[in-house]
Amino acid sequence: MSSTNGTLLSVRNLSMFYPMRAGFLQGHRGEVRAVDDVSFDIQAGETLGLVGESGCGKTTTGRCILRVVAPTAGELWYHPREGESVDLARLDTGGLLPWRQEIRMIFQDPFASLNPRLPVLEIVGECLKVNRGLRGSALEERVAELLGMVGLRPEYMRRYPHAFSGGERQRIGIARALALNPRLVVADEAVSALDVSVRSQTLNLLQDLQNEMQLTYLFISHDLSVIRYVCNRVAVMYVGKLVELADTRSLFLTPQHPYTEALLSSVPKPDPRVRSQRIVLEGDVPDPSQPPSGCHFHPRCRYAVDRCAEETPPLRETADGHHVACHLADEIELVGIHG
Amino acid sequence: MTARAMESDRQEAINVATQWQLMWWRFRKHRLAMTSLVIVILIYLVALLAEFLAPFTPDEFQADYTYAPPQRLHLFLETENGLRFQPWVYGYKVEIEEEALRRVFVPDEEVIHEIGFFVSGVPVTLLGFLETDRHLVGPKDPEAPMFLFGADKLGRDMLTRMIYGTRISMSIGLVGVALSLILGILLGGLSGFLGGQVDNIIQRVIEFIRSVPTIPLWMGLAAALPTDWPPLRIYFGITVILSFIGWTELARVIRGRFLALRTEDFVIAAHLDGVGQMRIILHHMVPSFLSHIIAALTLAIPNMILAETSLSFLGLGLRPPIVSWGVLLQEAQNIRTVATAPWLFSTGGAVFIAILALNFVGDGLRDAADPYAR
Amino acid sequence: MPVERQLSAEDLLLEVRDLHVHFPLDEGTVKAVAGVDFDVYRNRTLCVVGESGCGKSVSAQSILQLVDRPGRIVQGQIRFHRHDADGSVTVTDLAALRSSSRALRAIRGRHIGMVFQEPNTSLSPIHTVGNQISEVIRLHLGEDEEAARRRGIEMLERVGIARPAQNYDAYTFELSGGMRQRVMIAMALVCSPALLIADEPTTALDVTTQAQIMSLLQELQADFGMGVMLITHDLGVVAEMADDVVVMYLGQVAEYGDVDRIFHAPAHPYTKALLRSIPNLDFDQDIRLDSIRGMVPDPFHRPAGCPFGPRCDEVIEGRCEAENPPAFSLGEGGSVRCLHYEEVALS
Ligand SMILES: Nc1ncnc2c1ncn2[C@@H]1O[C@H](COP(=O)(O)OP(=O)(O)OP(=O)(O)O)[C@@H](O)[C@H]1O
Ligand SMILES: Nc1ncnc2c1ncn2[C@@H]1O[C@H](COP(=O)(O)OP(=O)(O)O)[C@@H](O)[C@H]1O
Ligand code: SF4
Ligand code: SF4
Ligand SMILES: [Mg+2]
Ligand SMILES: [Mg+2]
Repeated sequence: MSSTNGTLLSVRNLSMFYPMRAGFLQGHRGEVRAVDDVSFDIQAGETLGLVGESGCGKTTTGRCILRVVAPTAGELWYHPREGESVDLARLDTGGLLPWRQEIRMIFQDPFASLNPRLPVLEIVGECLKVNRGLRGSALEERVAELLGMVGLRPEYMRRYPHAFSGGERQRIGIARALALNPRLVVADEAVSALDVSVRSQTLNLLQDLQNEMQLTYLFISHDLSVIRYVCNRVAVMYVGKLVELADTRSLFLTPQHPYTEALLSSVPKPDPRVRSQRIVLEGDVPDPSQPPSGCHFHPRCRYAVDRCAEETPPLRETADGHHVACHLADEIELVGIHG
Repeated sequence: MTARAMESDRQEAINVATQWQLMWWRFRKHRLAMTSLVIVILIYLVALLAEFLAPFTPDEFQADYTYAPPQRLHLFLETENGLRFQPWVYGYKVEIEEEALRRVFVPDEEVIHEIGFFVSGVPVTLLGFLETDRHLVGPKDPEAPMFLFGADKLGRDMLTRMIYGTRISMSIGLVGVALSLILGILLGGLSGFLGGQVDNIIQRVIEFIRSVPTIPLWMGLAAALPTDWPPLRIYFGITVILSFIGWTELARVIRGRFLALRTEDFVIAAHLDGVGQMRIILHHMVPSFLSHIIAALTLAIPNMILAETSLSFLGLGLRPPIVSWGVLLQEAQNIRTVATAPWLFSTGGAVFIAILALNFVGDGLRDAADPYAR
Repeated sequence: MPVERQLSAEDLLLEVRDLHVHFPLDEGTVKAVAGVDFDVYRNRTLCVVGESGCGKSVSAQSILQLVDRPGRIVQGQIRFHRHDADGSVTVTDLAALRSSSRALRAIRGRHIGMVFQEPNTSLSPIHTVGNQISEVIRLHLGEDEEAARRRGIEMLERVGIARPAQNYDAYTFELSGGMRQRVMIAMALVCSPALLIADEPTTALDVTTQAQIMSLLQELQADFGMGVMLITHDLGVVAEMADDVVVMYLGQVAEYGDVDRIFHAPAHPYTKALLRSIPNLDFDQDIRLDSIRGMVPDPFHRPAGCPFGPRCDEVIEGRCEAENPPAFSLGEGGSVRCLHYEEVALS
């Protein structure tokens, strides 16, 4: 595959099934279909949001892209600045080394993601040591510069993570992700663990850095209001499948998938005068090891017809850049956030 | 310096404190553990300097004094110019008990034996290279009887034997634990890091070993040691046997940590940073559980000591002429002793204190082992 | 600071006055709650909102004296008004009771129900749902096994648990997070308490499940007419659910008032800043998010003067560092702890 204009990463038919083992003999007992045949592109310079309820496969998608896990099937075409595109899914640890410098990750939990036994200098500097061979004062200078970029005082580099609050730790994590001048940053629930006031600071910081460094983000979150604020395009997942993909504005104003509609209506609006008409979905998210037949959403969908239980709707383009996986997308009228 | 500046210095010290500093600060707050730590250090010092601390050597005997009871130690001697610091004991005289018709020792209030410091006695080699005939305490007259903890059936000083016993008993704990540690790290680490079939097999072996009752297992293994082995080899045999069981616990702890750490975010982050496998293990994973291992080790030592003591007590472990706490207790093992020479059990007190102290230190370490717990 | 609200005193359920809760620790004393006042009325929802660590949970726990050791109520009153069937009202100061006293145990679960922040830690994994519900019923209502079971299943059905009879005999780990939270609510409401305290009942849940639980709470309130004290850090939830709002900062009530005023005419600089810093779903104004500078100070280093001073944009030089403002009345029962409202209160 050659480099498409402006596309940074093409995810094609990505699947990740975790085997379920149980019992004394540790035999296979089915599999968890965490990500099931997902395809999308990430354009250079954009922020692509990935939303969905917990367990729908957002983190797994991110981890496949970074090759923390080896996907069960599918291709991950990365288009470098120069040269041939590479399929990350086929590379081994050695082959991934150069690309892991260009694709980096910000973790959700600001406590678990920093080794408490190492000072900030080591945490942020380790990738510089390993990949760039920086040592001594050159390393300290670069780490100081990075800390400055994320709004921390450079003197703090001798401190250990326990000296920092959640928001500051998250900044350290961001500094680590940016140390190697990456192109793509996968931010997995990067602000979910933060308080309101610190969250807005961190979101602003992420946006400033994106402008300064021409970054591309894959922004994973379950919080639609955050997604709406930072993303250019949004992909909605439900039980391992992509159900809708569109630019943020049309997704929020004219959703075409019934699940997206329900999701949007469940977000509490911060204004007591517009107490919303919530669409309350019945039941729970299905178990990804035993997804419902046909359209995974049909047991909870208020528009479902007989066909939905039998045929899995493919993701198709219904309007310019608006992709939906619903049989009735052209027939039903759904309401967005202004409805 | 103002209070505010001092406060901020203190805060900065905490901010840049390493794991070990944080652990030490936390451990220090644990009173019982700190006291026990001092006791444990003292016990190991006794083991190290046994030749110098003991008044005699373990095999020195005075046949006239078999089963002599402990003497009372007096600290001040009355002289014509008043009271002066000079420890002393009464001598012994023998009386015949009317009913039982047997010899008993009673203090002879006519005879006073002065006790001195740094007295000369039997020449010994200290720490393997220092030749000396000085002992920390001892009777000023080398011929005089001094049995502060009583004498055994051959007229040997119990205090001396207990001090020498410390060496074997406390070191068997250390050596045994070191062996278990090597086995535990190797097998537990492999099990946790490789996972899969290797893990499966090692876990089943561990379960098997742990499901066999320990005392019969020790007995069987100990009985298998050839009786004609020299004492030193028996000592090593016993240590190997003890660690053969001891490693399983450690291996489990280590495996558990490895498994948990493999999926920790910070380990994944290091992996994505391009850090090599070996460096991840040594730099990120091992330091994260080292403190837990140290705590587990400290808690394993008393088990080893108890195991040695019980084996020797049952006559299956070390045998005379080796002097260990278990051997000493084994010698005290008959009804007559219980009735007539209860002081032979004083070793039990030493075992008790050592075990308790080690356990408290272990508990303190375990509590301090994770200074980052939220 | 007594609150004169245009609400009938007969509906008053709970008055909290000048509550202080301290945790004496080795590193110093944490003043988790440092002077909190609020009221809860029948048939109304009071939302307590604030950032992590500001003392929301501790305030709620101290009402039933469930604060973890070494925490202790050091000052203040918690007056609970018990409305009996014959129309008489008994007022008890819960803060004066001992935590293990019979009187308090009789109130917990019977007159005041509580739903905790972590459903996993407050449900026992080794007992079935039924065991746990029927225990509450038998303890407080003295019903026998048979009647308790009937009532329990009815309650499970009421909170929207599918197949209530089967799930009555299920273990809690067999249920999903949303179902567990429903079980917690069923347990809290099974004795029809007058007051329900819910500490972040939806924080661990997805938005769709959160919507289910919020609808459920609203329905149940309409049916039972209970007063609800709902703790949350999500201003969206506040806007959807609240009648009255308490905004907390560093263990104090920064602002108190009815929900419409809090959102449309906020008084305290902290409330204003909070409202500006939440991302909105609206596309009308596409501006950069405002954020509050700095961070919540750690509990051992409370700033002198106004607790919000170091982060405040409207600080009055020379005064805010020196005085911790008392609560000034804003009329209609609202109040605010900010020196800018001194004159308003006087006039
Ligand atoms: N058991 C405890 N021991 C010591 N300090 C405590 C304890 N429980 C709470 N605190 C302290 O009391 C303060 C208030 O805590 P509280 O749990 O009420 O916060 P919160 O507002 O409920 O926060 P969150 O949104 O995180 O639930 C915090 O500073 C906290 O550190
Ligand atoms: N290592 C794993 N082993 C087995 N199942 C997993 C693993 N990681 C995730 N899963 C399962 O895969 C599904 C998707 O998980 P995840 O990608 O973490 O969801 P999200 O990030 O959207 O909450 C869930 O059902 C989860 O339980
Ligand atoms: S395909 Fe059918 S069930 Fe699925 S979302 Fe569309 S209408 Fe609903
Ligand atoms: S009292 Fe002063 S510092 Fe405090 S909120 Fe009001 S203006 Fe800001
Ligand atoms: Mg996730
Ligand atoms: Mg709380």
